Amino acid sequence: MAGTSEPSPSPVIVLDNLVKFFGRFAALRGVSASFAPGRLYVILGDNGAGKSTLLRVISGLTEPSQGSFTLLGAKRVREVADRVGYMGHAPLLYDELNGMENLRYFGGLYGIHNDEVSRKAMLMVGLDPNLMRRVGQYSQGMRQRLSLARAVLHDPELMLLDEPFSNVDVRSARDMAAVLGRVRDQGKTIFVVTHQAQLMEGVADEFVHMAAGKIESREELKGRGFSRAEGSQKELGALAP
Amino acid sequence: MSTASLTRATLVKDLRMEWRSKDAINSMLFFALLVVVIFSFAFNPTAEESRHIAGGLIWVAFLFAAVVALNQTWARELRNQVLDAYRVSPAPPNALFLAKAIGNFLFVVVLECLMTPLFVIFYELRSIGPVWQLIVVALLGTWALVVNGTFFAALSIRTRSREIMLPLILFPISIPALLGMVDATTSILTGEASPDFWIKMLGVYDLVFTSICLLLFETVLNAE
Repeated sequence: MAGTSEPSPSPVIVLDNLVKFFGRFAALRGVSASFAPGRLYVILGDNGAGKSTLLRVISGLTEPSQGSFTLLGAKRVREVADRVGYMGHAPLLYDELNGMENLRYFGGLYGIHNDEVSRKAMLMVGLDPNLMRRVGQYSQGMRQRLSLARAVLHDPELMLLDEPFSNVDVRSARDMAAVLGRVRDQGKTIFVVTHQAQLMEGVADEFVHMAAGKIESREELKGRGFSRAEGSQKELGALAP
Repeated sequence: MSTASLTRATLVKDLRMEWRSKDAINSMLFFALLVVVIFSFAFNPTAEESRHIAGGLIWVAFLFAAVVALNQTWARELRNQVLDAYRVSPAPPNALFLAKAIGNFLFVVVLECLMTPLFVIFYELRSIGPVWQLIVVALLGTWALVVNGTFFAALSIRTRSREIMLPLILFPISIPALLGMVDATTSILTGEASPDFWIKMLGVYDLVFTSICLLLFETVLNAE
């Protein structure tokens, strides 16, 4: 089932003192924050800062050890699962199936049985829906694009993207960042965990800096000389060879 | 987005992937074939002796071969962490479990269809009891193996040595079912006793363990 197109007026995510232990290691050490809808947040930080863990907790893949959070107004992630899109470190795709077969299956999990939706998602990320090649034979960049298509297939209100540009060439990464800018301009809320802040500078609304399992600072990016709608295009122009 | 339609979609996806890779069916066939040939040479039984030992041989061979397929069940879901895509979706967890269990059931049934003629030839088997009862025992017994096997394979996917873990957990819990399968098969082949009790027991076993697996699968799927 596709999510509603209008974002909620209340905060899309409210985190209340989130703590996550892996054995004796604390990956999250009391994260509290609130995030407004319709914005693109970029989560930055060194390896081990807790970025991916935070995304996994928010997506419902990992239970917090302490603390609580609300997601799109719900206490349980499962209640709003059809309004959330998640893209993980790994591509979350079947190597033995081609792109359309993958999207057809994952669309089915959200009640989408229309091939046109899958075709549009593939075209949006710059992939050919008629490509019969199996995903196992895709390049890393193509996998990441298809993974993004899978995450946005059901038109979610909230997207949680973990390292979407890892192992992707600069051109593909730029294209993906532009896609994210366009999706945000449609009113969606996007969280991107990345080490490549420069790719998102023209597109993002806010940088969230994490260190040692905590949110260290939040940096508003408005007033950088161009509007949000134009941002992705201007930044793309500046990065183009 | 009903459980039935998602089960069908996941089953079709799994069958398509198996058709392309043939990972499970090839390894099962090879393993079962080895067991049939080696046991045949090791025991070299007469037709009468075969009727008494074939039940045990057949089901042990199928149990071991099924474990090979069961270990493959979740391997595809772990590659590229695809299972996470299912977990974050609103799809009911039991649809995934049922699809996997039905898929394994079909794989093992195909194996049984291919291997049974070999058993008949190698062991000179002639059933004295009604053959249709053997089919009932095969279907109930196979479901008993795969429903628990699929569940425990899911339980062991996050352990480091899951190939060893699965038989360690599965075999003890399958003993009542295995006993039922072997005794029912022997009763039918020899015609010396009625298999009714064992068939009923297998039916109850299937019902109980299928219910337990369905009740607990969501917890297993989301366990860290």
